[in-house]
Amino acid sequence: MTASTLTLRRRSGTRSGRSVLWHVVAVVAVLVMIYPIVWLIFTSFKPANEVLSSLALLPKHATGDNYSQVFHGIAGYSVWQYFANSLIVSVGAVAGNVISCSLAGYAFGRLRFRGRGPMFAFMLATIMLPQHVVLIPQYVIFHKMGLVNTFWPLILPKFLATDAFFVFLMVQFVRTIPRELDEAATIDGCGPIRTFRYVILPLLRPAMITTAIFTFIWTWNDFFTQLIYLNSPSKYTLPLALQLFVDQTSQSAFGPMFAMSVLALIPIGLFFAAFQRFLVDGVATSGLKG
Amino acid sequence: MVSVLTRPAEVRAASGGQRRRRRRRGQASGYLFLSPWIIGAALLTIGPMAFSLYLSFTDYDLFTSPKWVGTQNYVRMFTQDDHYWDAVQVTVKYVVISVPLQLGLALAVALLLNQPRRARGFYRSAFYAPSLLGASVSVALVWRAMFGSGGTVARGLRGLGIHTGSWIDQPKYALLSLVALSIWQFGAPMVIFLAGLKQIPRDLYEAAAIDGAGPVRRFVSVTLPMLSPVLLFNLVLAIIHSFQAFTSAYVISNGRGGPSDSTLFYTLYLYQRGFTDFRMGYAAAMAWVLLVVIAVITAGVFRSARRWAFYAGEDQR
Repeated sequence: MTASTLTLRRRSGTRSGRSVLWHVVAVVAVLVMIYPIVWLIFTSFKPANEVLSSLALLPKHATGDNYSQVFHGIAGYSVWQYFANSLIVSVGAVAGNVISCSLAGYAFGRLRFRGRGPMFAFMLATIMLPQHVVLIPQYVIFHKMGLVNTFWPLILPKFLATDAFFVFLMVQFVRTIPRELDEAATIDGCGPIRTFRYVILPLLRPAMITTAIFTFIWTWNDFFTQLIYLNSPSKYTLPLALQLFVDQTSQSAFGPMFAMSVLALIPIGLFFAAFQRFLVDGVATSGLKG
Repeated sequence: MVSVLTRPAEVRAASGGQRRRRRRRGQASGYLFLSPWIIGAALLTIGPMAFSLYLSFTDYDLFTSPKWVGTQNYVRMFTQDDHYWDAVQVTVKYVVISVPLQLGLALAVALLLNQPRRARGFYRSAFYAPSLLGASVSVALVWRAMFGSGGTVARGLRGLGIHTGSWIDQPKYALLSLVALSIWQFGAPMVIFLAGLKQIPRDLYEAAAIDGAGPVRRFVSVTLPMLSPVLLFNLVLAIIHSFQAFTSAYVISNGRGGPSDSTLFYTLYLYQRGFTDFRMGYAAAMAWVLLVVIAVITAGVFRSARRWAFYAGEDQR
């Protein structure tokens, strides 16, 4: 009896020792991981002469100058302008993806029509398609339509379900909805449109939220497409406005640059705080890449 | 509910004509719901693919009409363009170094987090966060400062007696700073690995332990084979992703791909050719080569996976 309690206690002793070690390793890893972000936040409050010269993480004389400069204006526009532009593009993309991908998801996942198989296979293949293959012709099309340097090339394609990944996500989700529900609706006299409206759409909510969150974050961060299509500062989004700093070599611009970087990351931080579980579970279940 | 129960009789009673009409209505609404996708696929995917294939055989500057030049773009790319080969080398080096390191770290941390400990959820979220932030210009700017002259990295290493100077200004280190940024974003594959680990039945480990397998043996003989489909998925995704990396290199090198082409990612060079030099035929040819290379490599990975990826319930040949 005593011997067994002893071994038990010893085992639990090593277990808690291991647990401490585990937590130490994990905490150190987390600190390393968040260091760049913490560094960014503190640096954004440093005065110009400290930004590059000082090694200390904390600012010696914390100041809000960088922020007031950013709000005052970069390249003639206040940061609010860039913020608004980013918001228009991101919200437009979210609306487009949520609407068009749920429509396509319902069609592929439920309805029967000629050519569905081949079209579905093609849709799956386009998930892997590098955008560069269609980039130049798309640019030519939008150029001919006079839509370069407007937000249309960034929003319109989303309304045409070009993000195949989210179409696939919706299809997978629609397939989990019990068929009996739409059959009941059919018997009660609903056609496919009303079945979609009253049966599928309400149940599709989780997939729509996942699509919305990821579309927002990806569009908010997107640099490549916005770089190609937007070319006047009044149309610039936050990533492009940040890019303006890169072209300036003067060191005095570093402080405001980091202040604006922080501002650009805030919406993503908020999304992360609000939808953490949703985001991580979305990745885990559907293999979404962050 | 009653209507569900009466359904089969009603359908049987429906005349052939009615049924056909219903099916036709189904057909029409199928195309109706799919119409945005069909328009998009035709006008923004299939059409453009065909057009860019055509453009790749032309000289085209967006303002004058394309001039047919045959295979000249491809010939020049492969035989005369040194920058092109620089871009290929840089990209391949980046993929070969960053993908295994990122996935290795992701797997290691996933194994760590798979142990029953308190606050696992918190750690999981904390490690995942960089995957959401990493693609942004903001973080690339942080990287530029931290790996630049007088940045945290150079100073920290100097403190350890290692003198590297600024990473981003030296050809031998610049790409490594981008690799570091890619590794920093190991959270997304980690979460996927973690989900995979949860799927492994516990009795396999118990059976292995009874057979006398130690932790290493259990990892090699149980965890790895059971996790191989997830590994395959992560591997394919990471490869496709890395081949198309752009933002970090653009920001770190002011869009130039320097110093001396050491961060000239394939997509960055494609951008320069197409959108700063307006040699769109050439850029289209580069895009098609990229597509073919990615397709061939992906197919190769899937082929090799037949030998190493294990699917439970399937016969092992």
